[in-house]
Amino acid sequence: MPEIKLSENTIQLIKDICFEFENKESELINVLHRVQGKLGYLPAEVQEVIAKELKTGVAKVYGVVTFYSFFTMIPQGEFPISICMGTACYVRGAEQVLAEFKRQLKVEVGESTGDGKFSINCLRCVGACGLAPVVTVGEKVFGRVAPSQVKQIIAEYREGRNSEDVKTA
Amino acid sequence: MDTINLIIDNKPIVVKKGTTILEAASSIGVQVPTLCHMKLDDLNIENKPGGCRVCVVEVEGRRNLAPACCTDVHEGMVVNSHSIRAINARRTVMELILSDHPADCLICAKSGDCELQDMAQQLGIRKIHYPGEQSHYREDTSPAIIREIDKCIMCRRCEMMCNEVQTVGVLSAINRGFDSVVSPAFEMNLDHSECTYCGQCVAVCPTGALTEVDDTGKVIRALSDPAKTVIVQTAPAVRAALGEEFEMEPGTLVTGKLVSALRRLRFDHVFDTDFAADLTIMEEGTELLNRLGKHLAGDKDVKLPILTSCCPAWVKFFEHQFPEMKEIPSTARSPQQMFGSIAKTYFAEKLGVERENLVVVSIMPCVAKKYECGRDEFKVNGNPDVDHVITTRELAALIKLSNIDFKTLPNEDFDNPLGESTGAGVIFGTTGGVIEAAVRTAYEIHTKKELPRLDFDELRGMDGIREATIDFDGLPIKIGIAHGLGNARKLLEDIQAGKSEFHAIEIMSCPGGCIGGGGQPYHHGNAEILKKRQMAIYQEDKNKTLRKSHENPHIIKLYEEFLGEPMSEKAHHLLHTEYFDRTE
Repeated sequence: MPEIKLSENTIQLIKDICFEFENKESELINVLHRVQGKLGYLPAEVQEVIAKELKTGVAKVYGVVTFYSFFTMIPQGEFPISICMGTACYVRGAEQVLAEFKRQLKVEVGESTGDGKFSINCLRCVGACGLAPVVTVGEKVFGRVAPSQVKQIIAEYREGRNSEDVKTA
Repeated sequence: MDTINLIIDNKPIVVKKGTTILEAASSIGVQVPTLCHMKLDDLNIENKPGGCRVCVVEVEGRRNLAPACCTDVHEGMVVNSHSIRAINARRTVMELILSDHPADCLICAKSGDCELQDMAQQLGIRKIHYPGEQSHYREDTSPAIIREIDKCIMCRRCEMMCNEVQTVGVLSAINRGFDSVVSPAFEMNLDHSECTYCGQCVAVCPTGALTEVDDTGKVIRALSDPAKTVIVQTAPAVRAALGEEFEMEPGTLVTGKLVSALRRLRFDHVFDTDFAADLTIMEEGTELLNRLGKHLAGDKDVKLPILTSCCPAWVKFFEHQFPEMKEIPSTARSPQQMFGSIAKTYFAEKLGVERENLVVVSIMPCVAKKYECGRDEFKVNGNPDVDHVITTRELAALIKLSNIDFKTLPNEDFDNPLGESTGAGVIFGTTGGVIEAAVRTAYEIHTKKELPRLDFDELRGMDGIREATIDFDGLPIKIGIAHGLGNARKLLEDIQAGKSEFHAIEIMSCPGGCIGGGGQPYHHGNAEILKKRQMAIYQEDKNKTLRKSHENPHIIKLYEEFLGEPMSEKAHHLLHTEYFDRTE
């Protein structure tokens, strides 16, 4: 694992978030959620700061990060793409949609493109099963996605047409 | 008091409200099998994640089976612990656990002492009907503990010990589903973590997933090298537990047989760590009185309380967790290291042997001692003061390997000069013992009077944190005792907050002290065994003619011939140490 030196600002940001939650160990999930929201991912060094602030073992923090698929230790792309693999989406062809994203972007699930623009992840159910198969880019939801539309979705973001809608998760 | 009436296996019983089915069943001789569950009575240690599902029982009127370890009884409950449904479920659960377990029992370090193996036998598993996926993890080796995670069954006892009891927080369940496993953060090796090597994870692991590093091979090689003089020291707690490895009753003292066995193993000199414990008291007791004297004289630079420093896991714990307090513990080395230091100077000179040709072996109840002897500050030109450390369990294996019928051995005495000890040295093996030994000597040095009594019952027992005030002839000395690192943490936080009023605190990492060490015969969750070992230690103390460290004639001689006096420059050089900030 490459070592990352956190800036003073980042450390302070993490400490402030922990403080908002009164440095309570029981708020670990909320703290992780908020920190990932700010930083985009949760590298080891970030988890170490959180463990220290919440007075818990870093193994416990890592345990929670690896338990929930929402948390990631890999930097996400500017436009994080998530393909729903829930039952409804799966039976309506999510796997083919995912395959097309991987083919177009030449990355695997959990990876980012070399230019840092896109990353692909799978998730389970966004609660829009009527729109299956569902793809989200940032917070924007695309419904009834067919593999043939994938190229166009990517192009929209690459050319910047949709980028104002997107906040990285 | 609220009581509950219920029926278990056709027998009506009345129990207290809040009792679990498991406890209620056990009270009438119904032994519901368990695997992940573990309870150490009186030590407030319990693991009941309800994870393994081996303890399921049928409850009339309930749709699903109930896990007995974590289901409370209720009024009118009718339990059938061995219905066909319960037995089938139990066996299925067991087969599923075994389907992802390496079937290498014949050559596993835990074979014969494995709770998983025993349970498979008890449940009569003869075939595994579920050939499924198997986990494959790399082995993690450290200076003291080996993690063979393919053998982990996720009982999470180790995680409970590491987090709740010891508050070290190195082990946690990570990942989910089939991939979940207990690991240090980021799947790093133990030796990169803040692990103290207390070995309590090893002590409670039901399988071979966590074991000590096996150093018996090194000892055998040293013993068969004609160029080497090989001497051995045995820690006090070993003699109170070794017999268990040979089907003797827990609490049987086997000191004489132990000496005899070590001689048959062809150690050139059989010595006693208790001698070094007496030496520790001379140094630590003097340091306590020095610090106390200066403190009472108003010297603000002198820090109190003084903390004991015999336990290597405790030392590593505060180096990681409380580095800003590293000036507070006594600078006295542990008895193991004092022994090694004296053996390779004083005794090597007496023998006329170069230190490189003198091999010092320790028999310890502890796995952290394996790590301790490798610390750089305990080496001279790369040659360690203590060469090899083997645990009580490893010694038993070595005795069996060497065709020795332990039970029929005669009783023999330790060799001199490093084998003579007092009762004060013996009680180092239990929680409360180090500080009681220190009190016996410090009292007489300070007051210049003979102690009116030798047994300090107020310092004894199994409570996690104990305190007592001992009257030093008009000077009240406040003493604290903690065993288990979580309890130690509480006392340290009090000191940090300026709330501590103690003059001296004894800390041992393992619940019960060294008698409950990570290298002792497995207690399998039976706290009675620890109590019997503790009683044996106090019995050995009572059996001794000399019970105060400063009366040990060979200690007196050691100071006369070699060290000068306690805390002398030479003593400082050979018997004291320093601590390091390990947070960087």
